[in-house]
Amino acid sequence: MPELTATAEHFSVLIEIGGVPVRVNTTNAEYRGMLEERYAGFTAAGGEAEYEFEVNLSEAGFLDPDADVQVTREANVWSLRRGDFLAEWEPERRRGRIRQTPNPYSIDSVLRIIHTLVLAREGGFLVHAASAVRNGKAFLFSGVSGAGKTTISRLAPPDAAVLTDEISYVRKSGEGYTAYGTPFAGELARAGENISAPLAALYLLRQGPENRIEPVSAAEAVRALLGNILFFAEDAELVRTVFQAACEFAAKVPVRRLTFLPNSSAWDEIG
Amino acid sequence: MSGKLYLARNKSVAARLLGDEMMLMSGKDSTLFSLNPVASIIWNAADGATPLDEIVASRICPEFDIEAEEALRDAETFARELAGHGILQVSDEPIARPASTQQEPK
Repeated sequence: MPELTATAEHFSVLIEIGGVPVRVNTTNAEYRGMLEERYAGFTAAGGEAEYEFEVNLSEAGFLDPDADVQVTREANVWSLRRGDFLAEWEPERRRGRIRQTPNPYSIDSVLRIIHTLVLAREGGFLVHAASAVRNGKAFLFSGVSGAGKTTISRLAPPDAAVLTDEISYVRKSGEGYTAYGTPFAGELARAGENISAPLAALYLLRQGPENRIEPVSAAEAVRALLGNILFFAEDAELVRTVFQAACEFAAKVPVRRLTFLPNSSAWDEIG
Repeated sequence: MSGKLYLARNKSVAARLLGDEMMLMSGKDSTLFSLNPVASIIWNAADGATPLDEIVASRICPEFDIEAEEALRDAETFARELAGHGILQVSDEPIARPASTQQEPK
């Protein structure tokens, strides 16, 4: 009798955010469909991936569901875990594995963490900030929840393209920085435009009784930036890298306080 | 203070002078510290070899209008607080191999 064999069908989705293509492989067609829908506008039909991940879908129960996110490094292997996923990533081999329950939030968190680690090595970062491109220049609007990131995004004039209302993607480029669109949405609940532009300024948001732009000191800029940069790793070397990245950014990019009225006049000050 | 106290900067700390503020970030727990000018003097002088009373007497008292005993008391409290966060090492003996930091000028 001939040997019986079964081969699972493999699917893959190439998700390119910030110019960093990451291939996600799965044997689950439904999961593949979820990825294509969630990252619409940020997927590519083909091409080389910089990093590749195998996803293994599991039922809940393999981890403590209440566990907070934990990102640690041992030798060359990063370990990422939370109540709903467990992942390993080897940057040198450009490969990783993810075990997660079948939901869209786990992969989203893993991708954010991976991008923070990739960006940190080159002086960039993900930051809690809305961003938009106007007249060929990108502007970041940073602030904690409730500061007005989604509001300023909603108020963007027709000639401005919103890159995100929640998580901005910043890469070093030459002597300056470039902001990229991301699929990481906040209350706006829609992905940003998949475009990029040189970064012209960072505004620290505050809603108030009038539109006003004020300078901030370098120390205040770094404090605000570090309070909003996405950073997960318990790793002393990476902490120093992120700190220096924030200092360098504040030295090169104009950082200002933007107090704004929640109406379209706020954008009169920008661009 | 009963004896000499020696301070050394911890090598896992990133530091940067921004304007007149020295900012430090602990690699241990990512806590951000902002030092005022007096604290910055202590941080910069924490070479593991110079005792705290000498730092206070030679660098703080001449520059700020403060009485030596009070300044030393405040400086020791400050040093021990930073030590608690892993920012500084403190010892009653010279610290033989003071750790360097990634301090960069503005």
